[in-house]
Amino acid sequence: MKPTDIRVPDYFHKVVDCQWACPAHTPVPEYIRLIAAGRHDDAYMINWKSNVFPGILGRTCDRPCEPACRRGRVEENNGAKPEPVAICRLKRVCADNKDAEAIRARMPKPAVKKNGRRIACVGAGPASLTVARDLAPLGYHVTVFEADAKGGGFMRTQVPRFRLPEAVIDEEVGYILDLGVEFRGGTRIASMRALLAQKFDAVFVGSGAPRGRDLEIPGRREAAANIHIGLDWLASVYFEHVKKIGRRVIVLGGGNTAMDCCRSSRRLGGEDVKVIVRSGFEEMKASPWEKEDAMHEGIPILNYLVPKAFVHEHGKLTGMTFEKVHAEHDAKGRRRLVPTGEPDQFFECDDVLIAIGQENAFPWIERDIGIEFDAEWDMPVVDKMTMQSSNPKVFFGGDAAFGPKNIIWAVAHGHDAAVSIDKLLNGGDIRERPEPGVSLISQKMGIHEWSYDNDISNDARYAVPWRDKAQTLKSIKTEVELGFDAKSALAEAERCLNCDVQTVFTKDVCIECDACVDICPMDCISFTSNGEEADLRTHLSAPALNLTQALYVSDTLKTGRVMVKDEDVCLHCGLCAERCPTGAWDMRKFFLEMTHAGPGCHKQVKREAA
Amino acid sequence: MTWIAKPKLHHPTLTCNAAGFTRRDYEGAVSTLCAGCGHDSISAAIIQACWELDIEPHRVAKLSGIGCSSKTPTYFLGQSHGFNTVHGRMPSVLTGANLANKELLYLGVSGDGDSASIGIGQFVHAIRRGVNMVYIVENNGVYGLTKGQFSATADLGSKSKKGVTNTDSPLDMVGLALQLGASFVARGFSGDKPQLVPLIKAAIKHKGSAFLDVISPCVAFNNHPGSTKSYDYVREHNEAANKLDFIDGRDEITVDYAEGELIDVTQHDGNVIRLRKLAASYSPHDRVAAMNYLHERSAKGEVVTGLLYVDEDSHDLHGHLNTVPTPFNRLGAKELSPGSATLEKINAALR
Repeated sequence: MKPTDIRVPDYFHKVVDCQWACPAHTPVPEYIRLIAAGRHDDAYMINWKSNVFPGILGRTCDRPCEPACRRGRVEENNGAKPEPVAICRLKRVCADNKDAEAIRARMPKPAVKKNGRRIACVGAGPASLTVARDLAPLGYHVTVFEADAKGGGFMRTQVPRFRLPEAVIDEEVGYILDLGVEFRGGTRIASMRALLAQKFDAVFVGSGAPRGRDLEIPGRREAAANIHIGLDWLASVYFEHVKKIGRRVIVLGGGNTAMDCCRSSRRLGGEDVKVIVRSGFEEMKASPWEKEDAMHEGIPILNYLVPKAFVHEHGKLTGMTFEKVHAEHDAKGRRRLVPTGEPDQFFECDDVLIAIGQENAFPWIERDIGIEFDAEWDMPVVDKMTMQSSNPKVFFGGDAAFGPKNIIWAVAHGHDAAVSIDKLLNGGDIRERPEPGVSLISQKMGIHEWSYDNDISNDARYAVPWRDKAQTLKSIKTEVELGFDAKSALAEAERCLNCDVQTVFTKDVCIECDACVDICPMDCISFTSNGEEADLRTHLSAPALNLTQALYVSDTLKTGRVMVKDEDVCLHCGLCAERCPTGAWDMRKFFLEMTHAGPGCHKQVKREAA
Repeated sequence: MTWIAKPKLHHPTLTCNAAGFTRRDYEGAVSTLCAGCGHDSISAAIIQACWELDIEPHRVAKLSGIGCSSKTPTYFLGQSHGFNTVHGRMPSVLTGANLANKELLYLGVSGDGDSASIGIGQFVHAIRRGVNMVYIVENNGVYGLTKGQFSATADLGSKSKKGVTNTDSPLDMVGLALQLGASFVARGFSGDKPQLVPLIKAAIKHKGSAFLDVISPCVAFNNHPGSTKSYDYVREHNEAANKLDFIDGRDEITVDYAEGELIDVTQHDGNVIRLRKLAASYSPHDRVAAMNYLHERSAKGEVVTGLLYVDEDSHDLHGHLNTVPTPFNRLGAKELSPGSATLEKINAALR
């Protein structure tokens, strides 16, 4: 193998699994350390810069970082059930414990001098708000159009209050609107043509995927009074148009919206609430923790049942029938649901909530104004890197761009679109994306002292405490999760392996004494003859079987061998560096910050070739 | 010195041996020796060898004297018995322990100061008596704990860190062991585990006194140009007589070599040491030839390593003394002290 070029930012970025997995590339270990140090304000600002909604995301994020977390891998075959660090809920800790006044003082100020450019954002969800936040302080006049009276979009109207208190939304949406953003609530954009006619310099569409999918099976029309589309129903609950539901409720669908529907039902009079899904429990789209939360509230999840008909008497819904199926896999590994041949199953109910998916809807975008739509899906054609549509001035982001995803993806899209808009309006090539800001700094403080806590905690993951069920089921506005207290937050933060503190190897001073090989608790380091990667992976101190994780390979050493480090399960404990007599190993903190809209993104950075 | 304990977490693929232990279970406390010390590599090699041989830690006694090397038993086999003796007296204490309980595996760990200076009198007698043990000298040629004075094994003409030339003749522990009748004599290098681990395994399985001299560079005081015990010097001048494969009785012998290249040495318990000859004429069965070969090579400044001598029909101290099969520590007071009537009888027989 060729020697690893650690100057390429992606190399060490990938080692920080959580940050790499985060669509907005939040520097996770950095803010976790700050939380451990009790520096909640600093931790909040790091989050705010990257993901804009720390308090909201700390409660509702889909947490792509956690399945990626190295902690989950290193705990494998080490006793307790392997679990990642509770990254998401640690984020909430800094949001809960920050000094609100101090944070307000640290927020950017509205631009004193406007640059005369006008940007329209359609919808006030996370994508649009991110665009507004990135562009308004630069002097852009950003106008956010929103059909509802308040900003927040899906986060406000669909995510239920027992998961996300309204005060948190008000606060974090407020930080953005206070940047001098013009917010036009209660204004639904009905025509893109008309909007474009207002001569904005750029238009960003962050209108989400607002249409809940319906289920056209027998009885749908006759029993319509008690059949509700989940997304609409959740919004009605938010607006208090709906205050109660029948005693027996069936929720159809296996996504997070279904989980919000069933848990909301439990709080609005539903006593016998069940979730019924077509496929297997394991295949459900809902996050595992959301399923757990629902089941904890006494909601069973029944699987392999395909809805067949709504049953009704005298125009009133009485129940539903389902066909029993099981999964079969064909030669290509594709799964098919095949009827088992058993008799259909009937479940009585008073109300049904349909949460089987959501769709994009752009009835307000005329198809003859230069915005190309995909023929098959009727979705706008959007560039994945720039978020630009076929109209160079129109950008899409969030669920409006590529279909339903989640808040953190919407934020990432918002950042990307803001960079594109800023470059476009400053005469740059929007396909040339700005390099991230990167630093790599030694953490050595003394002979065996590091500026991070390198002692590895053996604790299992801490559970976030819940408010008592009897209390939470009484009101839809009572938040269920209490958040970590200071003690458990610190203990959970200590589980973080500090993967951003990188093991950096300097070949020229290595004397090949084997000290690092001997001390490494995870057998990550080998000195061996070089070879092809596939071959090399098999003859290391421990086999390097995780192909998604890189091998760090040095140039040829004095003895003709190379140093190979498997990054996969490194604990970043720094013992290799402590036991190294010559400083060939050093622990250096890799800090990577995405370059957002602003002067930094206009610079053309030319990296010297490796 | 590292201040944190080595994390308990281990690689997910780490496996257990037949005794039910992972390799990590054979570790001890985290080392307090200087970073890069060769001794730590020897500890790691001992850990690896014991794990591979499925040794039950509670059946091992590790004994040492005083010095950097003698600290190391703390850093391996944390679940074994240990005895840290007075300076240089380890061989005598080991001999006594072995006489009391011959069933344990005795691991004597010492250094060039402990064994070649203050304890040389003890060392030579333990070897010549054929005490069943593995005697490892972690040889760095300096007194590390007292900041790097030449030890008795420092080569004539080698230079100290401060540039002073050694004017005393060196004491060759391998030569000494051969002369004293050790039935297993080998030399290894802490920087070459593929060679060292099989040597330790073979020594453990050997019955009788197995002597292992391991060149172990002192990074703090003896790893500079002019030293003959530095990583660079040993790597440049390492003359391996043979390459060793320790073959457990259970393993199938699968590797084929051309005829004449291999020597199989069968040990008492049926284990085979397979030697791949590197020096064509070298035979590990000829004590005199081994001594000659060593002298020849060391005159050329080379450091001969590998399995230098092994006696397949070796005996140990208990064999020489014709002791009873039961270890002494399990005999009762009646057997150990049969009373005055028996003494009278013995005395009468000798009159």
